Amino acid sequence: MNEPVAAALSVDGLSIRFGGVTAVESMTFDVKEGEVLSLIGPNGAGKTSAFNAITGYLPAAAGSIVYRGTPLNGLKPSRIAALGVVRTFQKTSVFAGRSVLDNILIGLHLQSREHPLAIILGLPSVAREERRLVEKGREVLRFVGIESRESQLASSLAYGELRLLEVAVALAARPTLLLLDEPVAGMNSTETASFMETLGRIRASGVTILLVEHDMKMVMRISDRVVCLNQGRIIADGPPAEIQRHPEVIRAYLGERHARVEG
Amino acid sequence: MLGGIYALLGIGLTLIFGIMRVVNFTHGELYSFGAYMMFALVMLLHVNFFVALVLAMALGIALGAAIEFVLLRKLRGADIDTTMLVMIGAWIAMQNLEQLAWSGVAKSIRTPFPSTPLVLGGLSVAWSRLFVFVVAIALIVAAYALVDRTRLGRAMRATFQDSDAARLMGVDIDRVYLSTFALGSGLAAAAGALLGPVFVVTPGMGDLAALKAFAVVILGGLGSIAGATVGGFLLAFIEEMGAGYVSSGYRDAMGFLLIILVLIVRPTGLFSRKERIG
Amino acid sequence: MKRLATAAFLAFLFSIPLWVGSLYVLHVLIVTGIFTIAAMSLNLLLGYTGQLSLGHVAFFGIGAYVSSLVSLGFSVHLAPNWLVTLDPQPVWLGMLWAIGVSGVCGWALGRISFKVRGAYFVIVTISFAEVVRLVALNWDELTQGPMALNNIPPLTVSIPGLFEFSFIGKVANYYLVLIAGIVAYVVIARLVHSRAGRAMIALKENEPLATSVGIEVTRYLVLSAVVSAAIAGAAGALYAQYIQIVDPNIFLFIYTVTMVIMVVIGGKGTLAGPIVGGLIFGLLPEALRSLHIGPELQWVAYGVLMIVIVSILPAGIVPALAGWRRARGPAKAGLGDAAEAAARQIAR
Repeated sequence: MNEPVAAALSVDGLSIRFGGVTAVESMTFDVKEGEVLSLIGPNGAGKTSAFNAITGYLPAAAGSIVYRGTPLNGLKPSRIAALGVVRTFQKTSVFAGRSVLDNILIGLHLQSREHPLAIILGLPSVAREERRLVEKGREVLRFVGIESRESQLASSLAYGELRLLEVAVALAARPTLLLLDEPVAGMNSTETASFMETLGRIRASGVTILLVEHDMKMVMRISDRVVCLNQGRIIADGPPAEIQRHPEVIRAYLGERHARVEG
Repeated sequence: MLGGIYALLGIGLTLIFGIMRVVNFTHGELYSFGAYMMFALVMLLHVNFFVALVLAMALGIALGAAIEFVLLRKLRGADIDTTMLVMIGAWIAMQNLEQLAWSGVAKSIRTPFPSTPLVLGGLSVAWSRLFVFVVAIALIVAAYALVDRTRLGRAMRATFQDSDAARLMGVDIDRVYLSTFALGSGLAAAAGALLGPVFVVTPGMGDLAALKAFAVVILGGLGSIAGATVGGFLLAFIEEMGAGYVSSGYRDAMGFLLIILVLIVRPTGLFSRKERIG
Repeated sequence: MKRLATAAFLAFLFSIPLWVGSLYVLHVLIVTGIFTIAAMSLNLLLGYTGQLSLGHVAFFGIGAYVSSLVSLGFSVHLAPNWLVTLDPQPVWLGMLWAIGVSGVCGWALGRISFKVRGAYFVIVTISFAEVVRLVALNWDELTQGPMALNNIPPLTVSIPGLFEFSFIGKVANYYLVLIAGIVAYVVIARLVHSRAGRAMIALKENEPLATSVGIEVTRYLVLSAVVSAAIAGAAGALYAQYIQIVDPNIFLFIYTVTMVIMVVIGGKGTLAGPIVGGLIFGLLPEALRSLHIGPELQWVAYGVLMIVIVSILPAGIVPALAGWRRARGPAKAGLGDAAEAAARQIAR
């Protein structure tokens, strides 16, 4: 294929500062439509901060973030989600006190319309919409593989299923750009393999994926490109095979390993 | 003079609110507790006025410590709703106990001061009010010194900045919380004990006092003694001005309107150091 | 099964005036009912949306005053030479105004709650209620201040030429309040089980996650506040036309506390919670009074009760009951579950 693939997300000169610390310094990279790009780097390199800035949870001190031509700087998270950019959180984040299906129904918020007046008057259109949403919700649960847990309380799920629920909630919002923050952290190898397969299906449905991960095997297997961060700066950007051999990347991770051995 | 009282109330609350992050609904009750203790000590037990003042404050400190120990300790990790509701429960119980004990009739406390006012170059000042003002200032300075100079004060300031970090550095959080609440309560009791003789003592007096204390905290910013002091005098000043322009019935409303306006414009208070909301 | 239980309960409620002879008991039930409606509205804001609004009585009182002023007519100087006069209007119109004005105040509160969070929001709401009370107390020209608005006419429904019915007397007002309560319940139940309700709950449970799937915070905080305030205003209007006297004491913080107790102890975030709480705290004072326990001691008991229950059963009575039933076996329908399911039936 020789046509240039459009950049879905353009981050240019992004800098993030808070509490006197510079979390990210002058970060510039693109995510192309339909690709899977992984953000790697030692702990504290600024990956989650970048996610937070892109999705509106942290202000950018400098630089611009543009998605499909729309600037994201300064927009509220709910507005950014409405543009198709949906994220998951590093710390497991679901609506713990609600059932699994309820979680998905909440995720389907942007996919439906119910006027408050119609709700209060109890118009049949609302009941119909609710039924439609339940069906769609079940579809999403089936896609991710946890449909059997539909009526269980989210807090009662096993860890692996909980993380799948997280992704399902994000998927319910019909993202065109999905940001996953360490989705397989804490999963065993079976769960990770199963998740990679799900990721493949998400990608096949046309969703662009930006991933933050530490699991190098998974990163190398599913990514089209890898961007490596260290101490708030990008130190490498290219296809997985190249990154694996990149001296800077190795140094960054060796440095971390050394610290872990000593500390 | 009222400025000094408001400042005392505000300092106590800003410390409690700031360091412990508790919305202290009992603050007003400690104010009236202080006043009632003055009444009991001076009028019923015939204790010397000045000794009674010290005793009232000490009793306030003790009560504050008791509340912290019995109620708040258990709620350390709970969410803000639960804590607030418990404090409201305590407030209701306390106020009605007071009502039961002293009945609703207003009580007055005799002061040892001459009733003819002191005349200072054109200004006529009642002795009792002057006394209140002086003592209030003294207490404010003492509170400031405690927080600024002593080791306990340093521990309190560290906990205010970051309670987890403070704990890791070896600060005894339990002691800090206990002292903070006790100190704040003591200041409130002192305020009540000072003001009780000037006006009258009723069971409901704490409610208005508590709300004004909140106004002071918001004006002066969370956790700042200097801010609370400034806030206290500012509130008193605004009330005087407001009462002059509009009818005096609205005097009390000034403080509340101020709270609402300030928070709308600056959701974390006027002198707050925090950048983020809530 | 659950539908049967609901129908039976409603039938029971409707039948009460037929076999309860004491007008006093009816009076207690009417006032309890009105406060329960107010508690239900507070539950929407506090229980479902997680907004710690402790100034709720302001909406109740504003509803009472607006409805009364419209039905009595008033004459007030908005400026030294600008006299505004309103002739007495039909009570039902006054009630609509009450709902409208309260709703607008709710809208304002909703907008503020977005900017001002946590404990500061609590302080703002309490302050707001206090300011309104002081205005009602001091703006005599409009509100008669502490002299109160008297002789408020009762609600009258009429079809010109056909009939006219005034809600005078305990029995008529009992049914009025009962029907209003059912309407309020249905409105809240429908809202809660819809996309809007889910959004409010999501904001309470996990706001960052809620915004990440596109839920706008301001919009749903405002919606919750408006509906909540409007219903409270309606309750206030009902109260005014029943008691027929309204004075500034209606704004006292203690009434907000009563509503909060009803919601919290009954079970915030459940539909049955405020009803259970309302019944308990509406009827308990009467029961205690017959035991010759004075009001102060009662309140001490409530304060202690609140501390105890909030510490042991933080979610309230209804969720606790539902939890016990669930533990005992899936076959049994718990009080909370039955009520929730019944709500779904009614709302359809």
